[in-house]
Parts: sequence; structure tokens; C-alpha cells
Amino acid sequence: MVEPAVDLTHGHPHDDHAHHGPEGWKKYLWSTDHKVIAMQYMFTGMFMALVGGFMAYVFRMQLAFPGINVPGFGMVSMGEYNALVTNHGTIMIFWVAMPVLLAAFGNFLIPLMVGADDMVFPKINRLSFQVFFVSTIVILASLVVEGGGFAGAWTAYPPLSANETYNLTPLGSTLWVIGVGLEFVAFLLGGINFITTLMNSRAPGMRAFDVPLVVWMIVVASILFMLSVGPLLAGAIMLIFDQTLGTGFFNPATGGDPILWQHLFWFFGHPEVYVVLLPAMGVVIEIIATFSRKKVFGYRIVIFTVVATGVLSFFVWAHHQFIAGIDPRMANIFTITTLLISVPIAELCFVYIATLYGGSIRLTTPMLWALAFVAEFLIGGVTGIFLGAAGADIYFHDTYFVLAHFHYTFFPIAIIGTYAAFTYWFPKMFGKMMDERLGKWHFWLTIIPFNMIFIPLFVLGMGGQHRRISNYSGFSELARDGFQDIRVFATISLLIMLAAQFIFFYNCYKTWRSGPKAPRNPWKANSLEWTTESPPPHGNWHPDEMPVVYRGPYEFSVPDRIDDYWPQNEPPQRDS
Amino acid sequence: MGFFESWGHFFDRIGLIRIGSTYAADIDFLIFLVLVVVGVWFLAAELIFVYFIMKFREKGDGRRADYIDGKNKRHKRWITYPHLAVLVFDVLIIVVSFNVWHRVKMDLPENPDCVIRVTGQQWAWIIQHCGADGELDTADDIYTVDELHVENEKLYHFRLEATDVLHSFSVPVWRIKQDAIPGRSITGWFQPTVTGQFDLQCAEICGFGHTVMQGQVFVESAEEHAAWVEANTPVEAPAPATDNTPSSG
Ligand code: HEM
Ligand SMILES: [Cu+2]
Ligand SMILES: [Cu+2]
Repeated sequence: MVEPAVDLTHGHPHDDHAHHGPEGWKKYLWSTDHKVIAMQYMFTGMFMALVGGFMAYVFRMQLAFPGINVPGFGMVSMGEYNALVTNHGTIMIFWVAMPVLLAAFGNFLIPLMVGADDMVFPKINRLSFQVFFVSTIVILASLVVEGGGFAGAWTAYPPLSANETYNLTPLGSTLWVIGVGLEFVAFLLGGINFITTLMNSRAPGMRAFDVPLVVWMIVVASILFMLSVGPLLAGAIMLIFDQTLGTGFFNPATGGDPILWQHLFWFFGHPEVYVVLLPAMGVVIEIIATFSRKKVFGYRIVIFTVVATGVLSFFVWAHHQFIAGIDPRMANIFTITTLLISVPIAELCFVYIATLYGGSIRLTTPMLWALAFVAEFLIGGVTGIFLGAAGADIYFHDTYFVLAHFHYTFFPIAIIGTYAAFTYWFPKMFGKMMDERLGKWHFWLTIIPFNMIFIPLFVLGMGGQHRRISNYSGFSELARDGFQDIRVFATISLLIMLAAQFIFFYNCYKTWRSGPKAPRNPWKANSLEWTTESPPPHGNWHPDEMPVVYRGPYEFSVPDRIDDYWPQNEPPQRDS
Repeated sequence: MGFFESWGHFFDRIGLIRIGSTYAADIDFLIFLVLVVVGVWFLAAELIFVYFIMKFREKGDGRRADYIDGKNKRHKRWITYPHLAVLVFDVLIIVVSFNVWHRVKMDLPENPDCVIRVTGQQWAWIIQHCGADGELDTADDIYTVDELHVENEKLYHFRLEATDVLHSFSVPVWRIKQDAIPGRSITGWFQPTVTGQFDLQCAEICGFGHTVMQGQVFVESAEEHAAWVEANTPVEAPAPATDNTPSSG
């Protein structure tokens, strides 16, 4: 079954590097090189992470010290609070997790890992980023237009989101929907390339099961995205019509139904969780394999499990709507499917832990991030069971328990996963080695405060604290001194964590200025990206060096070999 | 149910939140059950994880990693057995969750002592109490804003409605939560067990004033409640209007 993959791109004029496109800044704007596009996505995403993080800082300050003049922002009114929460959530998911994990690393890694010189459709790829860039401007603009940014939560439930007399943000809410819609279009365009490049551009000799897991996972994530987003795009257009033309798709007074939006939103929204989870899971397993010098325990189990999870994830959406007025009998069905999905996810966690068994583990900075991902994501996973059981969700729905739960999934994904990937592929992306000591300080000063922010929020949620409230002093039970102390504690932990990010920026700056040059394969890993220069040239390999594949990516510590790694492109005869 | 109830009082015991209705302990028992089941799994997984990291850490003694591909049946068992066990525990949780869900949301106990109407609107709860006759939509109904007065131990049905956007009727001590949807009337029930004054929240974002959509429930003894009803029953009892909101204490 060795079908030497047909390579659409190998023949075309990537081979001569001289004549390429416009020069200077224009080159960046119009570049079709997947690595440049990856960087564009990454830096836009990281900038948006700063915006989202700043919003978290502002509203956490308001919660800990109600009415305070927040340094750098000012007083937070009730309306501003709602807008901050809404856009924090929107930005963190659609402008941080998606662009960084899926688009940036997908773009950077897929061609390099399958041994292609670029994506199959480089111009569609560029268009994808350009649309994304416009969407970024739209969402940022929506924050400053008259009336303020959209403030109806990232889930945008109508009628609140559909009618300006209810939400009081006529421009903000429409721009919000347009921004999110454009973002979807960008990722639809990007996804086309991910899938086709994996299918068509693999290096000669690379069979389906020789592809690194992270590539599989990013591609499965793209497919999930493409399958789930259609209904929501339709919903988004109906929502814009309701907002601007006065139609009544979601308005019960004119025969519409507000719950319809919830179904469309979560039919997309739950698979979306896996869309961002899978790339992070993929990154983590690559790193764990490399730094424990072990073959992944059950490569095929992982792929089948991931596909099973993806399929199941289309049948759980209504667990977000148990108490939203759906037929109560439906809750029973969705309780079953939701708890069933714990089986493949638990299985993935077991595989990751089992991969460590018998390894020779090196605790480098990327490995620390990868291990922390597993440890923390487990907390997010097990707390999800409370919410999947409809009976318990009656109490927990829309409390800080839910909030802490999904931050224990999203933070490991978007922040821990990103740092893992960034520190691991930094030598390849920028050609320099980062400082390990600073890296470890940054790691510990992020991980410890992260837990100190969100564990207290679980407690508040169990105490009945509901979400999206700017000030709890009017609620006799929630205004207790003990609860206020917990809020202050969480906010101070956040300040520590945010401050620790400067270590990271300093480390990047220092490495850029004076870091040691990275060799081709600093971690002694097997996959193809490590066989080219750091950073790879335009076209990824010099034309006479295009890789040929002889084995899977995880042949670590193979008995009877001198080296404890075995690059995918090393011809077998050199070894005896 | 005695055994269950004792474990259902977990939150109450650690002082986080009281148990204030007949089904609150059922919900808390379910939560406690999940806590125990997933807690054991969670601790085991994290312990094994940390143990592996420490045990298999490279120690500079030149030991190489093992070559295990996970295809071997003996090795696969390490994955299949735990995940079968996960499945068994899932079934346990599903069964208990069904019971609780049915009791709270599906089996409406008959013959309520009183029926109330709760209407969410930006940004207040309008409550229509049944009044002395226990019936809704009669001349003696009592209207209040952000205040729900009930008699302890009595069975209540509610009709939950909304006039503008979504709201969510939530009383944490009763463990009750239900979204209110414009254009629909959703029926549910509760039966308070503890007297006192508790928070009534809106748990679904409803716009600018969502934060200040805060109400109180007053669970009163029979005499107190009778006095409150007496004092607030509309004198003439014409068709009551919403702005007819007596202050009460
Ligand atoms: C930097 C650390 C972070 C902190 C301290 C933080 C804190 C919070 C808090 C306190 C809320 C709820 C506010 C409220 O309901 O009143 C919130 C909402 C949310 N956060 Fe975060 N967050 C952080 C990072 C993230 C990340 C990385 C993601 C996702 C990738 C994320 C996604 C969300 C979402 C989706 C919401 C819900 C927004 C809504 O209710 O509409 N957050 N965050
Ligand atoms: Cu979900
Ligand atoms: Cu509300």
C-alpha cells in the first residue's frame, strides 16, 4: 500500500528562489510562503491574547475591588463589564486559540512535517490570512464604535443579541457578528489547504500511518470545523438580518424561536472545543515522545480515538441547554452521549501517560509545558462530568463552576499548548535556542498562579456564584466576606501570572539578540521538519534535499541502534 | 433515602451553601457521587503520571528508553481495562443523574398548595403570588417585584415567563434553575424546607442591568406567611396591574 504521494507542488517554480514576488514589507503582505503566513497568524494571535488578557485583568480587578478605578482602564460600568466579558471570550477562542494553534502551527507544521515545499494552494492560504486580518480589524473596531462593543456574551443568545432595543449596542453587535463570520470564512479557506496538503503532498514513501500525529489531529480538527460551522454561518446571517432588517428568525412574537440559535450555536460550539483541543493534543504528544525518547504508545489507537471523539462530538451539543427550555426527555439522551465522550478522551490521557512508561524523560521547557498540559487538562476533563450529568447541571449551569471547568480546558489548550509548541519549534522557526533557565521560571510562574486563579473559582461556583455579574455585593449569600477574600485572591494570582509573561517576552528578545544558533535538529527528533535548516529556506528544503520517508515518526530508542532516534528520512541501508 | 441524604448534605456541612428544598439533597448527592467517582480516577491518574515522570526521568546513567509500541496485547490491556472501568462508572453516574433529573424536571408532583407566575423582564422579576385561595389568575393574587414570598414546606408550582429577552430563574439554596423564554410558559415546581431569606438570581445574561437583576425569596412559617398574605391582598381586588407593588418586609 505504499502509494508514493502525488506531489502537486514539487514541479512548480519554487525551485528557483531568486525571482520571488515583491520585495520588502510588501513581500510580507503578499507572501504565499506557508511559514510567513504561519508567523502572521501567530503574531496576530499573540497580540490578540494580550488584548484578551488585558480584558481579563480589567474585569477581575472590578470583581475583586468593586467600583475601583482600574489602572489603565478606569471605572468599569455594568455595560462595559458585559462587553469586556463578551469580547474576552470571543477573542480568546476565535482570535487566539484558533489562529495560533490551528492556523499558525497548522500552516507551519503541515508542509514541513509531510515533506512538501508549500501548501497545495498557496494563494488560498494567503487569502485566508487576509480575510482573518480584516476580521481582526472588525472585531477590534466593534469595541470602540458608538454604543460600545457587543455585550451579550460570546454565545450571543437572541433575543438579546438580535434586537438593539434590548442590547443597546446597535453597531457593536452587528460588527461582532460580521467579525466572527469573516473569521469563519478565513478558517474555511485555511482548512482546504490543510486537508489537501496532507492528502496530496506527502513526501515519497510517506504512508498515512507515517504522518506525525499532530498533523493528523490538525487535519481532523479542520474537518470538524468545516462540518460544524455551516449551520452557524447560516444562523449568523439570520442574526444579522434580525439585527438590521428587522426580520424575526429568533423572535417568538413573529413566529421565530430564540432556542433555534442555541442549537445552531452549540452544534458548532461543542465540536469547536475539539477543534482547538486536537491541535494542542497533537503538539503535546509530539513533545512527550521526543523528550521521553519513546515511541507513542498506540499510534493507531490515537488516530482512531481522535476520529471517534470527533464523530461523537457532533452528538453532545444540547448539554449546554439542559435547563434552557428544551424537552426534558432530550436531556437524558444528551447526558448519555456526553458521558460517553469521556471514554475516548480518557483513553487519550491514558495513552499519553503510558507513553511516559519506560521512557528516558528530559524535563526541558517544552516538555514541562507538555506535561503540564496533561496534568491540568485532566482537571478540566473530570470536572466536565459534573456538568454532563443533567441532574447536577441544574445547579452548576451558568455558575463559576462551569467557568472554572472550561478555563481548565481552554487555558491548557490556548496558553499551555501554545507555549509548548512555541518553545519546542522556536529553534526551527527562528533558528536560535531559547534560554532554558528563563523558560523554566516563566513556566512555574505561569502554572502555579494559573491554578491559584481558577481553583478558587470552583469554590465560588459550588457556593452558587453565577456568571457575567460585575458586582456581587447585592447578593446576600455571595457577598460574604469569605467569598470576597476568594475573589481578591484569584485576582492577585492573575496579576502575578500576567507579570510573569514579561519573562517570556524578555526571553524572546534576549534570544533574538544573542541566543545561540540552533542546529538542524536540536532535540534529536525524527520528523521531517528537523531535517532541514533552521529556519527552513523558501521551499523548505533545497531542491536536491527533498526528503524521502522510510519509517514512522516515533522510532525512538530502537534496540540495536547506536542513536536513540531514527529520522524518518534516513535510508535503512546506512544502519545495519 | 436516609443514607443518600446524609451524603447529599455535603455542601451544607462544609458551609458552602444551605440545602433549602426537598430535592436539593438529591442534586447534592449526585454531585457528591460524581466527586467521589471522578476524584478517585483523577487522583490515581495524576499520581501515576507524576510517579512515571520521577521514575523514568533521565538520570545520566546511560539507561535507554524501552521500545514499546503498544501493539502487544499485554500492553494494550493497560489502556483497555481502565477505559472499560470508565464506562462502568459512566453508567453509574448516568443512572443516578436520570433519577435526579426525573424528580426535579420531569415528574411534576400533583395538587400544589399554590401556583405562582414568575416573569423575567429587563431587569426585574415580576412575581404573581397565588394569594389566599392558592389559585393563580384570581382576584386576590398578590404582585411583587423582586420578592418571592412562600410558605415553608408547601408545594409550589411555578409558571415561568419572560417579556423581552432570556432570563434564568435561579435560587441556589433550592438548587433550582430554569431559563425563562419570551413566548413560552414553562412549568416547574419546588418545595422549600428551610425558613429564611435567600438570593433569587438571574442566571442568564439579559443585557445592561443583568448584574442588578437580584431578588430575594422569603420562606416564611405558616403564621408569618398568612400575615403577609393578609397584609398584601388587594383590597378591592379588581384586575390587578403590574405596578401594584406593595412594599413588604
Ligand atoms: C488569562 C487568564 C484568564 C483569566 C483570568 C480569565 C478569566 C475569566 C473570567 C473571570 C471570566 C468570566 C467573567 C464573568 O462571567 O463575569 C471569563 C470568561 C471567559 N473566558 Fe476567560 N480567562 C482567562 C483566559 C481565557 C482563555 C485562554 C480562554 C479561551 C481560550 C478564555 C475563554 C473565556 C470564555 C469563552 C469566557 C466566557 C465569556 C462569556 O461569558 O461570554 N479565557 N474568563
Ligand atoms: Cu459542549
Ligand atoms: Cu439576567
